[in-house]
Amino acid sequence: MTHSIDKAKRRFLTNATTVVGGVGVAAVAVPFLASMSPSEKAQAAGAPVNVDISKLALGQLLIVEWRGKPVWIVRRSADIIKTLKTETAKLSDPNSDEVDQQPEYCTNPSRSIREELMVVVGICTHLGCSPTYRPELSPADLGEDWKGGFFCPCHGSKFDLAGRVYQGMPAPTNLVVPPHHFVSNNQILIGEDAKGVA
Amino acid sequence: MSLLSWVDERFPASKLWKEHLAEYYAPKNFNFWYFFGSLALLVLVLQIVTGIFLTMNYKPDAQLAFASVEYIMRDVQWGWLIRYLHSTGASAFFIVVYLHMFRGLIYGSYKQPRELVWIFGMLIYVALMAEAFMGYLLPWGQMSYWGAQVIISLFGAIPVIGEELALWIRGDFVVADATLNRFFAFHVIAVPFVLVALVVMHIIALHEVGSNNPDGIEIKQQKDEKGIPLDGIPFHPYYSVKDIVGVGVFLFIFALVVFYMPELDGWFLEKDNFIPADPLKTPEHIVPLWYFTPFYAILRAVPDKLFGVLAMGGAIVVLFLLPWLDRSPVKSIRYRGPLFRWALTLFIISFLALGYLGTQPATGLYTIMARVFAIVYFAFFLFMPIYTKLDNDKPVPERVNFK
Repeated sequence: MTHSIDKAKRRFLTNATTVVGGVGVAAVAVPFLASMSPSEKAQAAGAPVNVDISKLALGQLLIVEWRGKPVWIVRRSADIIKTLKTETAKLSDPNSDEVDQQPEYCTNPSRSIREELMVVVGICTHLGCSPTYRPELSPADLGEDWKGGFFCPCHGSKFDLAGRVYQGMPAPTNLVVPPHHFVSNNQILIGEDAKGVA
Repeated sequence: MSLLSWVDERFPASKLWKEHLAEYYAPKNFNFWYFFGSLALLVLVLQIVTGIFLTMNYKPDAQLAFASVEYIMRDVQWGWLIRYLHSTGASAFFIVVYLHMFRGLIYGSYKQPRELVWIFGMLIYVALMAEAFMGYLLPWGQMSYWGAQVIISLFGAIPVIGEELALWIRGDFVVADATLNRFFAFHVIAVPFVLVALVVMHIIALHEVGSNNPDGIEIKQQKDEKGIPLDGIPFHPYYSVKDIVGVGVFLFIFALVVFYMPELDGWFLEKDNFIPADPLKTPEHIVPLWYFTPFYAILRAVPDKLFGVLAMGGAIVVLFLLPWLDRSPVKSIRYRGPLFRWALTLFIISFLALGYLGTQPATGLYTIMARVFAIVYFAFFLFMPIYTKLDNDKPVPERVNFK
């Protein structure tokens, strides 16, 4: 007895098996790839941080850790607040038009809820170094025009005292203002809006 | 029946030996530049062996890593030697690989029919960079930490998915214990496995088409009555013995570094890496190790984050395209015209200059120089199809030059 071979059927079965096998391989890759995302523990460590600012002196920089990153809190003087509003010509985004860099309630000249308190993530938007706090006026290395701010030692980006980047710097955007709100007069909760978790 | 013939009936032992060593006919005019392929293989073995012994005492944990390296250096018997062999081996690997690649460049070893030999070689180079980068995080010093922070942030420059991708690579919001642990996994098993596989493919492809030589002549075109290339000699014993001399000289210099200057004044082991990682404080001056500095200089030369990253990636991608950019019928520099010689000279100068500038702060004159040399670097590849076609190449002889 001779069998005629149905080649079209064979081809269909081979292709169908290959596709089903391929889908299986893709599906089983998901848990492996997902295992590399931040774990539950790492995400929990990203929980909001409560900061007491009652002892923060004028001009002082307080560094707290949120999601493993440094968050800077500076109490700004009236002079500095005035400078933030007037000295905007050399800034690359003086009005905080880049929406991802700060919550809506910080889209103002001082990029803050209360003008005297700066709250920003101390990670350079270029390549993730932590800039240095340079509050002094006109130091030798930063030039005559320096009104106080932050200087990144890695690639030379300069920011003002609202975390706004100057023009022509490697950093493309202003420093990030984290979601935060005032729980009481002297307590900031970093990582959470007044409405709830960011 | 001998043991060998018993084996040969079950496994092609003699066949492999003949095909790849005793009857692999290599051109008889190999010179100094032909040492570095076998030396790269030697360093690969050295890195794997020393690496295995380092993992016996190293702890991939953000709390313990830095101290465990110091423990290896101080308390493990001969631990300092094993670690210095490994750290010096990393730089030695790049030295021999850069010289090996340069050989390919001057003698046209990437040209038809060796395009895949070159592609596999470039993949080895990329895998090697990944291996070195991830290995450098493991000591968990300041440079380890902030170097990784900067390089992983490069992925953040990719539009839309960038930030999520960087987060996925780190496994945390900043470089952290999760990052260290996975880099350890990649550094000790995943990437070495890929590296060894690529080396095997590199050699299989090479032995399929046959080795190039300083004259850039295909020796297979002139064969004797037995089908053996007239200008070919068996790799073993001729080149195995020659390579052993190279190994001797290499190990002499290598041992000098390992025993007398393992840090090489900050070039092989950076000073800031003797300070434990501090996620809240960036060192004053971040510099990658010397083998990455040409590309780092290109990154910094561009005053835009995304385009800087693209330029840096592009500087490596263009190397892959070399076999198709070069339109000259001539392989070796010996018979190339003046245009290619000038272009190559400018390329060498710009590569070395970028390498130096990558170690210096990116300010004023240095930034301008980095921009000029980056343009020269890319111009070498961009205009290659034009100047190699127009070039006044010399006639290539039929047989190799051998004195």
